[in-house]
Amino acid sequence: MSNRLQSRTLPSVCCVLLASLLAPPALADGEVNIYSARKEDLIKPLLDDFSQQTGITVNLVTGKETELLQRLQSEGINTPADLLLTSDAGRLTAARQAQVLQTIQSEALEKHIPAAYRDPDGYWYGLSVRARPILYAKDRIKPTALSTYEDLAAPRWKGKLCVRSSDSIYNQSLVAGMIAHHGEANTETWAKGLVANFARSPKGGDRDQIKAIAAGECDLTLANTYYLGGMLTSSDQAEQQAATQVAVFWPDAKTTGVHVNVSGAGVTAHAKNRDNAVKLLEFLASDQAQRWYADVNNEYPVNPAIPPSATLKAWGAFKADTLNVAKLGELNAEAIKLMDRAGWK
Amino acid sequence: MGIERWTLLVTGVALLLALPVFTVFFTALQPASDVWRHLVDTVLADYVLNSVTLMLGVGVGTLLIGVPTAWLTGVCEFPGRRWFEWALLLPMAIPAYIMAYTYTGLLDFAGPVQTLLRETFDWSRQDYRFPAIRSLPGATLMLALVLYPYVYLLARAAFLEQSAAVLEVSRSLGVGPWRRFLTITLPLARPALIAGMSLVQMEALADYGTVQYFGVSTFTTGIFRVWFGMNDATAAMQLAALLLLFVFTLLVCERLSRRQTRFHHTDQRTQRPPRLRLSGRWSWLATATCLIPLLCGFVIPAGQLLVWAWRTAPQMIDHRFLELAGHSLWLASGSALLILSLALLLGYGQRLRPRPLVRLAVRSAGLGYAVPGTVLAIGVMLPFAAIDRSVDSWTREWFGLSTGLLLSGTLFALLFAYSARFLPVALHSVEAGLTRIRPSMDDAARSLGSRPRAVLWRVHIPMLRSSLLTALLLVFVDVLKELPATLILRPFNFNTLAVRTYELASDERLADSASFALAIVLAGIGPVILLSRAISRVRPDHAPLS
Repeated sequence: MSNRLQSRTLPSVCCVLLASLLAPPALADGEVNIYSARKEDLIKPLLDDFSQQTGITVNLVTGKETELLQRLQSEGINTPADLLLTSDAGRLTAARQAQVLQTIQSEALEKHIPAAYRDPDGYWYGLSVRARPILYAKDRIKPTALSTYEDLAAPRWKGKLCVRSSDSIYNQSLVAGMIAHHGEANTETWAKGLVANFARSPKGGDRDQIKAIAAGECDLTLANTYYLGGMLTSSDQAEQQAATQVAVFWPDAKTTGVHVNVSGAGVTAHAKNRDNAVKLLEFLASDQAQRWYADVNNEYPVNPAIPPSATLKAWGAFKADTLNVAKLGELNAEAIKLMDRAGWK
Repeated sequence: MGIERWTLLVTGVALLLALPVFTVFFTALQPASDVWRHLVDTVLADYVLNSVTLMLGVGVGTLLIGVPTAWLTGVCEFPGRRWFEWALLLPMAIPAYIMAYTYTGLLDFAGPVQTLLRETFDWSRQDYRFPAIRSLPGATLMLALVLYPYVYLLARAAFLEQSAAVLEVSRSLGVGPWRRFLTITLPLARPALIAGMSLVQMEALADYGTVQYFGVSTFTTGIFRVWFGMNDATAAMQLAALLLLFVFTLLVCERLSRRQTRFHHTDQRTQRPPRLRLSGRWSWLATATCLIPLLCGFVIPAGQLLVWAWRTAPQMIDHRFLELAGHSLWLASGSALLILSLALLLGYGQRLRPRPLVRLAVRSAGLGYAVPGTVLAIGVMLPFAAIDRSVDSWTREWFGLSTGLLLSGTLFALLFAYSARFLPVALHSVEAGLTRIRPSMDDAARSLGSRPRAVLWRVHIPMLRSSLLTALLLVFVDVLKELPATLILRPFNFNTLAVRTYELASDERLADSASFALAIVLAGIGPVILLSRAISRVRPDHAPLS
């Protein structure tokens, strides 16, 4: 008897459960749905501000760039996502090539964002700039001894260099930029020289490289400035301590300029809330939001009219590479192959 | 009729669960790109060598830790034995990549241990050599420390099961305890040890978080490099398919070797032999043998997390914390129940209908464990999106309505992915339990007029209680720690403890992530303790833990 009862209740319970699991995200007005490769902490406060000001609800999924792109592609015309946010230009280029973005023409966006930091056809817009200069040990290296990225491959730096693995998108973009400026053959020679100067086999993240300098394992590294900023304001005493022992050197001041990448966003090709997505994009390029990028995460505003934060000012002004960041994405696969050949682990 | 229904049901469910694995193979069938040429010329040999070394190293490491501790706590008596019985399972609650972060924090050049050494002896960098934790041996050690509990669990169950009779005979023939261990206990436990080791090795092959952080290039990191960096999804899937083929071959070999050495204890009710009382030096040695993996695998990493969390928790824990914990617990318990039912269905179906087709289907459903989580998630995403698309275009055509996305981006997709990935964990346990129930039981129940379902419900499930509980809790802990599939398949505005930990850690804010990592560990400890109590309770000879 009890068995028969179970055999009927079980399927119906399953059906109810299934129905509740399957409920698709609502697509009502007054919403905008985001796939974001920026971490929640690095975007949510801005989105909350946006919701408060406009009354538009923002729904968020975070993840890794390529995975979000894959999700967008496989969902096709039914995708609930209206906006794709990434933390580097390469993936935005890939998204454009995968035809999941649409062009947006907006005066506000074009006014606030310089041409080098957005797609020439308006498929995506850069929202914050991330610079990757040379960091050096204050007590062991004279900044006058430093000049360019190319110089880091010189034999006199043998055993002095800590660099992150070539799995890092930041290093891939840097090498892609080098290929764009100097050609593949020269860049490969350079990469081999660089690898020969490594103090240790590449490991860890940007912060780990800075800590290694502070501990005396090496003297020089390449790192994105917001990691240094994050360490300076860290709750960890040891991290703060380590960060005060390194300084920023802006390379290539006389030549191509410092390697920069952007975090940015594009409206999806099948956005159901296109207008809200554009509104959000414009909000993210507005003065208020641009200041937030600098104050909270030590990134540089794309809008040149916005003054950088105090921390950023302390590191000094620099000449940024004017290469269109879209190029970095196009050359990314080349860059990886080149690093494989150069033995950059 | 009923007979064919079981075959159909079991084969159907198994094939459905194997869908992600089939998707990987199917995607891999597309023509190869020139990326292969490049890989073969440069890094492929490295990937293969590192992956195989890691797999073998982790296998040997887990045996070296898991078997002696299982034997000591299962068969011997020494100070702290009862306590070690459950405490040795604790490392299971720590995600491997979290373990890697904590040890790096401690042992790296800039960490407290090396700094202390330098300050104490006034050394500089050139004056001493310290083994690098972020290396292939380091990764092997980390994975062995978090994974040995699988071997420990299975080995201990096997040791406890060995009947007194066999050991009595050997003793009467004058065989000493050590030789008895090597020539009888160990060979009898071989199937369990191999089963445990193969789970562990599959996990080691699929690991991404640890090896990536340590800068060790393996097959798995290679898959992501090709996919994320070179934007070549086809080549990535081809690499994944190659990995799967490799694992499949290993599993077939394992099955074949097991078939040759199948032991049934003739009588379940034999007396358990009395525990071997260790005294003096031997008892301290036993205590130390159990203490070391516990210290290295749990106390030290959890202690480091606690130190970090102590400092950062006030800023990091806010109103969202409970929501995250709720999501994690809900997902873990829901999927544990679901996966257990599926494992029971497949295990029992296989017992009812041991046909080649059924076996093959069940085996292929069990392959998901060896696939890196992200690849498996893609294997779920692609077919689900295809189903959504065809349903949508069908309803558009016939009813002029769009159904949008029915499966993609839902919790259902997530639960499905968990099922495809963690089924083998539950299946191993259920199958092991089922083989212990003699077929004559089934026959007796059937001859009394029970239908197969009733036999399962009224005979097997009560007898399987401890195996089922083991399966349930193993899956619970695994889902709690799961990251890649959760990250890629979850719906809007839905985060878990593992996702939050990852987001902070990947932003290189290790100390800030500690509160959430610790919450995962704490949520995992409860089930681990329950698990060991339950296992102890079903042993009739066993003194209650109280």
